[in-house]
Amino acid sequence: MVLAVIEGSRAAAEAVRLCKPDVIAAYPITPQTHIVQELANMNADGTLKSKHIEVESEFSAISAATGASAAGSRSYTATCSQGLALMHEVLFATAGMRLPVVMTVVNRALSAPINIWNDHQDSISQRDAGWIQLYAETNQEIIDLTIQAFKIAEDRKVLLPIMVCMDGFFLSHTIEPADMPEQKKVDKFLPKYRPDHAYLDPKRPMTQGPFAFPKPYAHMRKDLSDAIDNSKDIIQKVSKDFKKSFGRQAGDGLIELYNLKGKKTAVITMGSLGGTVKDASDKKGDFGLLRIISFRPFPKKDIVAALKDMDEIIVLEKNISLGASNGAVFDELRSALYGLKQRPKVIGYVCGIGGTEVTVDDIIKAVEMSKKKKDGDVSWMMEKE
Amino acid sequence: MKEIRVHGRGGMGAVTSAQLLAIAAFKDGNMSQAFPFFGVARRGSPVEAYCRIDKDFIRVRQQVYKPDYVLILDKTLIGAIDVLKGIKKEGTVIINSAEKPKLKTKAKVYHVDASKIAIDIFGRNLVNTPILGAFIKATGEVSLDSLNKTIMEKFPKEIADKNIEAIRQAYEQCSE
Repeated sequence: MVLAVIEGSRAAAEAVRLCKPDVIAAYPITPQTHIVQELANMNADGTLKSKHIEVESEFSAISAATGASAAGSRSYTATCSQGLALMHEVLFATAGMRLPVVMTVVNRALSAPINIWNDHQDSISQRDAGWIQLYAETNQEIIDLTIQAFKIAEDRKVLLPIMVCMDGFFLSHTIEPADMPEQKKVDKFLPKYRPDHAYLDPKRPMTQGPFAFPKPYAHMRKDLSDAIDNSKDIIQKVSKDFKKSFGRQAGDGLIELYNLKGKKTAVITMGSLGGTVKDASDKKGDFGLLRIISFRPFPKKDIVAALKDMDEIIVLEKNISLGASNGAVFDELRSALYGLKQRPKVIGYVCGIGGTEVTVDDIIKAVEMSKKKKDGDVSWMMEKE
Repeated sequence: MKEIRVHGRGGMGAVTSAQLLAIAAFKDGNMSQAFPFFGVARRGSPVEAYCRIDKDFIRVRQQVYKPDYVLILDKTLIGAIDVLKGIKKEGTVIINSAEKPKLKTKAKVYHVDASKIAIDIFGRNLVNTPILGAFIKATGEVSLDSLNKTIMEKFPKEIADKNIEAIRQAYEQCSE
């Protein structure tokens, strides 16, 4: 392992280069811009041989990436926030046609009001589109998850698009040490994409994403649902294989447990906040962390197995499901635990919205305050005006 | 863990200062992290950047609230914003100023006329590298050798040489 100090955005771009996509189509938007810029530079320098499609919007970016994937290419795009929202319509088509596009989402808040800072509202709002969503904690994980994402997406048992989510600014604009794998090893781990069912061949014309009457439509949607559920095994397998090749692994690929052994209180979070929770856990000592790496598919069984003996669970999440009074993770987690005879108390905090700070002390205080709260209570963690 | 906060104005390169320190500290065999205050920086407006140095990988992702060291690239920031906020009493302030500034703090205060050095060498008020020479003299937290290596990797030779000379002069001229 050769560590070097690298910015999160550059880490993403370098990892994409290692994966040698055939086609890249992306439109710049803060805080994702550096990724597109780096990739364009690499292309101009000839160190990246991808076909770079210049587009006029995110709608076109995802359309081009999806079309390229349907023609048999390894395709990549990147966006965030308003850009991801603009892609919404096409996201369902990418997944529905079972096309393994990989997209980096540099998580940022949604308008209005306009806010360029980090939260998870953008990707969480796309949770039902049929895309796998993996959340990185560090720049190292951005690299590792990007390489794994292509491998998972292109697995013939999966064939689904993947969002690799990385926190805007907290990772994208932060420099820290990370290891960039060797090209030779990546080539071995991730051979050239050879599609089974989707490729452009004039001698063998085919239709993709055709019109479907209710019955076949329902069957195809069920297949899609099964495919994303079943992708859990492949995510774990690829994570294990990655460890064999590169010597490191984040959790088991789906979730990461930290300091949970012997603890009765667990904090649940996703993304870069995991690091701050780890420091808070070390400082206070009376709680551990369960970090969700894969939000889609949602690893219910694994989460229940890890949390079944807890007294108290505290969810820190950077999104709000408006009208539900809580974030999306809170509901899904609580629902997953419903079958337990002895159900732990679940407390929710909506935090980090629009880039508000969440500090080690904030986390310790939230855990402290939770002792007085009842099961199902949700509150907002906010800096004072 | 040592925490550093850099105060400057948009366009002065405060973010680069924090990044160069992080890379140099890493070359010394430490782990490090650097990031800007996430804002919408305009040329001339106050900006902040942060750097952390530790033996182990740095996991925390919050701003620096209790800095061990504060670097001030422009003395007109004093009074305009609270540059000393949260500084540890055993901490150190390094400021770009010809004369020793009057600061109400128990922390040590070092100063260097980085603007003069920069104008002599670059012909422009580029103080984000010379201030690091003063930082090294005042704190010893990062080695001069690693910083120079970082500069050589980051800039073309001619520019790197000038920066290294500016850093050397600031290192020598920095005083308490």
